[in-house]
Amino acid sequence: MAASQTGATSTAIQAGANAAISASSNRSSPKPGRKITFTIKRCDGPGKPSRWESFVIPVEEGANVISCLQYIAANPVTKDGKHTTPVVWDAGCLEEICGACTMIINGKVRQSCSCLMDEYAPNEGDVVTLEPMSKFPVVRDLWVDRQRAFHALKRVKAWVPVDGTYALGAGPKESPASQGTRYALSECMTCGCCMEACPQFNLEDDESKWDTSFVGAHAISQARLFNDHETGKVLKNDRLDALLGPGGITDCGNAQNCVKVCPKHIPLTESIGVIGRQTTFRAISKWFQGK
Amino acid sequence: MSTNTHQQRVIVVGGGLAGLAASVRIAESGLPVDLFSMVPVKRSHSVCAQGGINACNEVARQQGYSEYQHFDETIYGGDYLADQGPVLEMTNFAPKIINLLDRMGVPFNRTAEGQRDLRLFGGSLFKRTHFSGATTGQQLLYALDEQTRRYESEGKVNKYEFWEFLAPIIEGNGDTRRCVGIVAQDMRTMQIRSFRADAVIMATGGCGLVFGKSTNSVICTGGAASRCYQAGAWYANPEMIQVHPTAIPGADKCRLMSESARGEGGRVWVPHKKGDTRPAKQIPEEERWYFLEERYPKYGNLVPRDIASREIFDVCVNDGMGVGGENQVYLDLTHRDPEYLTRKLGGIMDIYQKFVGVDPRFEPMRIFPSVHYSMGGMWTQYEPGNYIPDVPKPEHFPGNVTPIDAELGRGMKIGSPRNMQTNIPGLYAFGEVNFAYHGATRLGANALLSCIFDGLFCGLGVVNYVREGDPIERSIGDVSQSVYDNASKAEQTKMDTLVSTVGNDGGENAYVIGKELGVEMTAASTVVKTGARLEKAVDKLRELRERYSRVSLADSATWTNQSLSYTRALGDMLILAETIVKGGLLRKESRGSHYRLDFPDRDDANFMKTTVAEFQPSESDQHKIFYREVDTRLVKPRPRTYGKSAS
Repeated sequence: MAASQTGATSTAIQAGANAAISASSNRSSPKPGRKITFTIKRCDGPGKPSRWESFVIPVEEGANVISCLQYIAANPVTKDGKHTTPVVWDAGCLEEICGACTMIINGKVRQSCSCLMDEYAPNEGDVVTLEPMSKFPVVRDLWVDRQRAFHALKRVKAWVPVDGTYALGAGPKESPASQGTRYALSECMTCGCCMEACPQFNLEDDESKWDTSFVGAHAISQARLFNDHETGKVLKNDRLDALLGPGGITDCGNAQNCVKVCPKHIPLTESIGVIGRQTTFRAISKWFQGK
Repeated sequence: MSTNTHQQRVIVVGGGLAGLAASVRIAESGLPVDLFSMVPVKRSHSVCAQGGINACNEVARQQGYSEYQHFDETIYGGDYLADQGPVLEMTNFAPKIINLLDRMGVPFNRTAEGQRDLRLFGGSLFKRTHFSGATTGQQLLYALDEQTRRYESEGKVNKYEFWEFLAPIIEGNGDTRRCVGIVAQDMRTMQIRSFRADAVIMATGGCGLVFGKSTNSVICTGGAASRCYQAGAWYANPEMIQVHPTAIPGADKCRLMSESARGEGGRVWVPHKKGDTRPAKQIPEEERWYFLEERYPKYGNLVPRDIASREIFDVCVNDGMGVGGENQVYLDLTHRDPEYLTRKLGGIMDIYQKFVGVDPRFEPMRIFPSVHYSMGGMWTQYEPGNYIPDVPKPEHFPGNVTPIDAELGRGMKIGSPRNMQTNIPGLYAFGEVNFAYHGATRLGANALLSCIFDGLFCGLGVVNYVREGDPIERSIGDVSQSVYDNASKAEQTKMDTLVSTVGNDGGENAYVIGKELGVEMTAASTVVKTGARLEKAVDKLRELRERYSRVSLADSATWTNQSLSYTRALGDMLILAETIVKGGLLRKESRGSHYRLDFPDRDDANFMKTTVAEFQPSESDQHKIFYREVDTRLVKPRPRTYGKSAS
């Protein structure tokens, strides 16, 4: 038996959860008990007009954008005292690993869970502006539909074509260096940041055009990931052919915005370079083969 | 056999590791799969798993470890409440799962020679945990997501993303009762529809949100499990909720610091002097109290989660020795090479730095326990395998000859349609929502294993149920359309009733009730429980249920109404919470994660049993609790001490 028996109940664990850790050596010093304003771009559904609403929010210790949105959900009253509907947004793990809660915060695309108020809005009356991503159709308020990003993964056959799920032994051996490269690429969570920041990637509501519109840096990088794998290579030419077609690698304008906004620090421009060389070789060899 | 043109298909609800593994296995067998998920499956909660996945491999084997020992550890770790047959089968199957994931391209960490590397994890003295950085869950989920997408592009898997499961459709009574489909709602259009299927697999994960702040994703309400429970599926061991010892407390949730931090050498300590205000690095080694190493010389920082959680709780709450007098202890990795930490634990190092603003490579992390995993879940059955010794085996020691080899079918019969079927034929439970594998507490790195194992191994049983079982005798195509229409109508009525509460004067706010529910459940039913406190929680839950009956929805929208979704789930969470509290109140003993101050010892005579809750809507107390014997025919129970020192 582990705990000593002094009769304490586990209210402490909630107290622990409430007392968010305050260790903050490399932060600005936030003003405790401050109120900040959230200005949120709202839209009731596809094709509906947008409007802005502001909310005044008391900042809890350790607050992030999500906890502030949760506060609004429980207190849906605007700055002017008008009752409104709770704001709709997409969220999942809140640990910046599921990729769900991407939005535009003060003009910059990022995950809202890792946007901490102590760093971001340390002063009384600071204003934080939230908008939905602009390159995907809005579902409602801050929630957008990113199916096109997943569709792009189908275009480049972003998988290893295994022979099935039965016990057929181990996969290919791999050096730690190669594992390291693939691991970095494999952390892509299809969050949409790179597409939002890309000048070549535009809103496309028409699903029938998803196969020919720019595929996005994330998909190019995933093509590299699977072209790098011993078994994944089997589909290398299919992937390169897809990327040689309309909306493929040649649509990349090399603005390099993608790599700057990637929350996982995936070397997207490096991937684009690698795939650029692979597609060039592929194009030349096809030309020689007269295909 | 019927002459209708019904095409057999399987519904999978939930797109985490269990749901995706099941989808892939079933699609591969040629049965089309309809996969339902509230989120794009790539964003399922499995993505959060950090540390790794357990399986005996050749290196471990040559050190004297075995699949059998992995089995023995799991049973011992779970304090003998796990189903022994399925666990034996799972641990024997584990190496095949790792091989498969490897073939799918999961970037497992490698040794210089290119082999898969291994790490230590709690509850074992052998390295038997495979890992991919500190984002193993993400990597595994993505591999299965990719295979699912491959089948989707071939038209064998049909994804319904942003669809919420509302209810199983059950027809018949008594012996003829079976599950024939589901009702679900499109979370964008709010359209409610019923879907016909020959079998339904629930793979909907845990219920962390019942406790408010937990390490779970915001979708882990337990709502789906509760809806099956209310439709007649049994719910087992609800009181067995794992509190993870090491998490970062936050305003919106608690973020997990993987057990791999301890496995890679992380040391848990507090200053010897109460209320020591010096920064950690200024406290010399001899003035630090490494209480886990002191109390558990054999396992040290690698004691299982329930023990670590209680010790941390004890040191902070009972002794007041927490860092700065707060409920925090140090988890210290600063003695390790920063580059090594980046390579092995980069993912969680980043999380800590990102969410606390401190680099754990150079400063000890501050952590505290948080609700993490639901060992309990929907009750499931299985068909035993061919290994049933005359008498249960005593403790197995490393290097000894194992009583049985690791051939398949030893613990559970391959392909049996009974495997992981609930008490309702045709309704299956896979992964965290299934109660079978973890007993009274889950060993670290066994969750990913149990999810994928269910999907791959028990998926085959579902195929057999559809192809050879009841749906062949009585085609699902012959089930009257009115059964489906009535089911969706009932859900439509429920929704209309909730929407009609918009603007009610004096109505209750669901988010406020939800917050109170979380605070109460965390206080009454986590690390340490007492009868009196649980009784109080029963009253509080009654009050919350009463207030919930007066809830007023905040949004009347007929498009993407998240308030509706949350409010409806809250009602289901309240019901599940009652089973958690009642199960804990009636289990008058301490076992695994369930620790009763007023009954501090394990009581095998009365409670070597599975708690089973059955919903009885007509009774005043709607939860009938009864007990089922645990099958202990394979391993003989022994006290669970982890070599605790006598002091």
